[in-house]
Amino acid sequence: MSSTGSTRTPDFTIIGHRRSKVDAWPKVTGRANYADDLPFAHLLYARLLRSPHAHARIRAIDATRALAVPGVTAVISGADLPVPYGILPVSQDEHGLAVDKVRFVGDPVAAIAAEDEETADHAMGLIVVDYDVLTACMTVDEALSATGDPIHANGKANNVHKRVALEFGAVEAAFEAAAHVREDLFFYGGSNHLALEEHAAVAEYSPDGRLTLWSSTQTPHYVQRALAKALQLPERRVRVVASVIGGGFGGKTEALPHEVAAARLAMITGRPVKCRLSREEVFYSHRGRHPMHVQLRAAARVDGTLTGLHVRTVLDGGAYGSYGVASTYYSGALPPATYRLPAYRFEGARVFTNKPPCGPKRGHGTPQPRFGLEVLLDKLAEDLGLDPLAIRLKNLVAEDSVTVNHLRVTSCGLRACLERVADASGFLDKHRRLPRGEGVGLAASCYLSGAALPIYWNGLPHTTVHIQADRTGTVHVACGATDIGQGSDSVLASLVAEVLGLDLVDIQLDTADTALAAVDLGSYSSRVTFMMGNAALRAAENLREQVLCAVGRELHLPTHRLILHSGQVALRDERSPIMSWPDALQLTQASGAVLAASGTYAPPPLAGPYKGAGVGPSPAYSYSACVVHVNVDAETGQVVPSEVWLAHDGGRALNPTQVEGQIEGGVYMGLGEALWEEQSFRGPLHAGPTALDYKTPTALDMPIVHCLLVETDDREGPFGAKEVGQGPLLPVPPAVANAVYDAVGVRVDEVPITPDKVLRALDRQARGQPARHGPRRFPDIAYPPLTVVEPPAGAPQL
Amino acid sequence: MKSTIVATVPPALQVDDSAPGDRWLTVDMTVNGVPRMLRAPAHRTLLEALREDLGLTGTKHGCELGECGACTVLVDGQPRLGCLTLLASVEGRTVTTVEGLGTTAEPHPLQVAFVDRGAAQCGYCTGGMLLTAAALLADNADPTEAEVRAALAGNLCRCTGYASIVAAVRQAARMVAGGASHPRSGAQG
Repeated sequence: MSSTGSTRTPDFTIIGHRRSKVDAWPKVTGRANYADDLPFAHLLYARLLRSPHAHARIRAIDATRALAVPGVTAVISGADLPVPYGILPVSQDEHGLAVDKVRFVGDPVAAIAAEDEETADHAMGLIVVDYDVLTACMTVDEALSATGDPIHANGKANNVHKRVALEFGAVEAAFEAAAHVREDLFFYGGSNHLALEEHAAVAEYSPDGRLTLWSSTQTPHYVQRALAKALQLPERRVRVVASVIGGGFGGKTEALPHEVAAARLAMITGRPVKCRLSREEVFYSHRGRHPMHVQLRAAARVDGTLTGLHVRTVLDGGAYGSYGVASTYYSGALPPATYRLPAYRFEGARVFTNKPPCGPKRGHGTPQPRFGLEVLLDKLAEDLGLDPLAIRLKNLVAEDSVTVNHLRVTSCGLRACLERVADASGFLDKHRRLPRGEGVGLAASCYLSGAALPIYWNGLPHTTVHIQADRTGTVHVACGATDIGQGSDSVLASLVAEVLGLDLVDIQLDTADTALAAVDLGSYSSRVTFMMGNAALRAAENLREQVLCAVGRELHLPTHRLILHSGQVALRDERSPIMSWPDALQLTQASGAVLAASGTYAPPPLAGPYKGAGVGPSPAYSYSACVVHVNVDAETGQVVPSEVWLAHDGGRALNPTQVEGQIEGGVYMGLGEALWEEQSFRGPLHAGPTALDYKTPTALDMPIVHCLLVETDDREGPFGAKEVGQGPLLPVPPAVANAVYDAVGVRVDEVPITPDKVLRALDRQARGQPARHGPRRFPDIAYPPLTVVEPPAGAPQL
Repeated sequence: MKSTIVATVPPALQVDDSAPGDRWLTVDMTVNGVPRMLRAPAHRTLLEALREDLGLTGTKHGCELGECGACTVLVDGQPRLGCLTLLASVEGRTVTTVEGLGTTAEPHPLQVAFVDRGAAQCGYCTGGMLLTAAALLADNADPTEAEVRAALAGNLCRCTGYASIVAAVRQAARMVAGGASHPRSGAQG
């Protein structure tokens, strides 16, 4: 027996109940071991020497004096790591240590291993690097107009990394026939994940040629692949173990230089080598939210029905490719999965600059266009005399539909999300009716429950769960999935325990280890609950079937009359126990079974028939709606969020406490991006690479957050579940911007919405000018000719 | 084995290579109820001593600049940032880390409440949060929500949005008021 998704059992004992997480006690007693906590004998400490220049050629490196310091064991440079790697097959542009050139302040140039960190630090200062400094491009405009050395020799002209132009449906016709067209420019500032744990890794190389890396990574499988390539080892001799991880949010989703350098140093020295980053280094390692220029143009009927949308984006990519090609596609993928659009055009581009590389952060490439779209809808509604709720309800994507850009939508609770969040907040009673200085804003969004296509092309499962039981009743569950704090270990244990009628403590997990468990692609794209969950259900149901068949044979009872419940085999109708779980396992094993079962999951084929169609498809989409209430001080420009309502359709809530925790965390991070957080630069230097200068919300800044769970029962999700880790962030920044407008009548079309921007807009308002602060021009980029894609059968029509 | 690296560098770019020197001190203190004597360089921080000399890795580093609160421990019952506290300054004092707050068998009510409320997601801020909250509850048995938020404002958390943490601290206060000094969590797992 095998199944996908939504279940048949109505009365769960674990699913849907509030349970504490399986790792809660180790974490509250200080016994959870993060990468920097792991004990090793004979350990060496590594530090990375980083470039002080944003763009320079390396003429020479002299480590003679560093190597002469007692306690220094090895120094390596780019020459020791000549093979490039990168997370995407199309962007193999990184080295563990710079080869020939550095491309941002902080680009690692050399690595040193020593008996202790102080010696490593001291000796690192004795490595001398002779640079030939080149002109640096710190902005998209500078990069596009640069005439000097391109940042990447093999890049396209003018430092353009990626360009895309796609058209679905009759866009020009839609705009020509439109009763109303609204166009606006937006800018979304970059931000860092600021996971509280600074990245750390320990590498060990055994005398028989096996490399093990313990690391704070969200993606052990991808790190294994990158290490194998960069170090020229067979993948099977590279083991990557994700230790307990102190937060990720996308910042630990690919191999990073400290991991590669620690591994090479371990191979050279034959000793375990630890490398951990300082907070400043984390800001420079980055891989965070792309600063993004967004231009939007929407066509609508007088009743507010959207007839066409044109999205243009330019991503400030920083110095390396990272996930950037995917980020570029994501910046145009999801509007049609939120609103019914019969015609859609997307043009996007990513530009290299001499700054720390950007990558994925919670919402990957989608919060920036989402911000623009939700603010644009607010403006469009006002133009047409509609309220913000009405215009959204009029344009909702339909359940079980296909979008103009070939995305399959299944369950969709967006209407319920909007209605519930509006009801709970009293939105319509407050909107445009609060005293000046107070306002409410509304926004909606959607997100993937896992990317339907893997990062590197293959036809393999995206995840595999192995379950092994033994005569004592113990159940071991192994899966490569990686708990980064979001609770995936608890989800895994809960699903297996539910199916096998056990308690969470009866489930022993081996996760996040490429040697002990089969591949799971990693904790990114909100894929784990959906994909690992389905594989876990298949494996557990398989084991249950084996046990119930054996018991049924022995007791001459049909299998369908038997269930597993409370650690017993029981009769389904009477719930009366007839055999203990260990006895049933022994019986099953005696009958010749091996007490093992496996399950895999790969999404159905969902990609549309065009280049770029691999980004956007997901087996299910989550939906969110948000209302934010703000107070705006017209004298200081300060925006204070005072209350937030967030409704989220994450399918069935497997554990409401965990789901609410993800929503509250998403709202928090969304407010941070909306109002405070920005990865900004002064010249080539980060403007404030510390946890204080990079202002995040504290417990005092956070308003009351009301979580409203809209539980659709997704037919393909495990017990009907979808994602919740990323989606709830998305509507928050635009809801804040719309609330600021409601409060004081000014539009800040740019995040973060800092007091200076509010004051500038208020000043214009006072002088009778357009009461707006935001970009006035779009980068001068030449998009490629449009690829016109025929919409699928059944897509929305005009 | 020493490895690689070539070339010579212009003399103008050469730097001072004198090794760092330091005075060593002996410090007596009580850590989680156990008398400890440590000999360490004078610049050793309490955070380094706890983690590296005593193996108490429940105390975390998140910035080492006194900005994030992850390294908060109690010194004579008061919350202190381990990264900004010199080991030498705790001579003769009592230090409590998260390992000394309570155990799974005999937990502090705050630990029970954090488990119940899902207040530890990634768990990296948790130790510091617990100790800051413990000091608050020792001073103020029934803090308001605003008082809890003010007390925790120096401890950053990137996962929870603070909601579950604030709720857990208030739940723990009620548990203490109800006389349940060390109750086990009702929830499983």
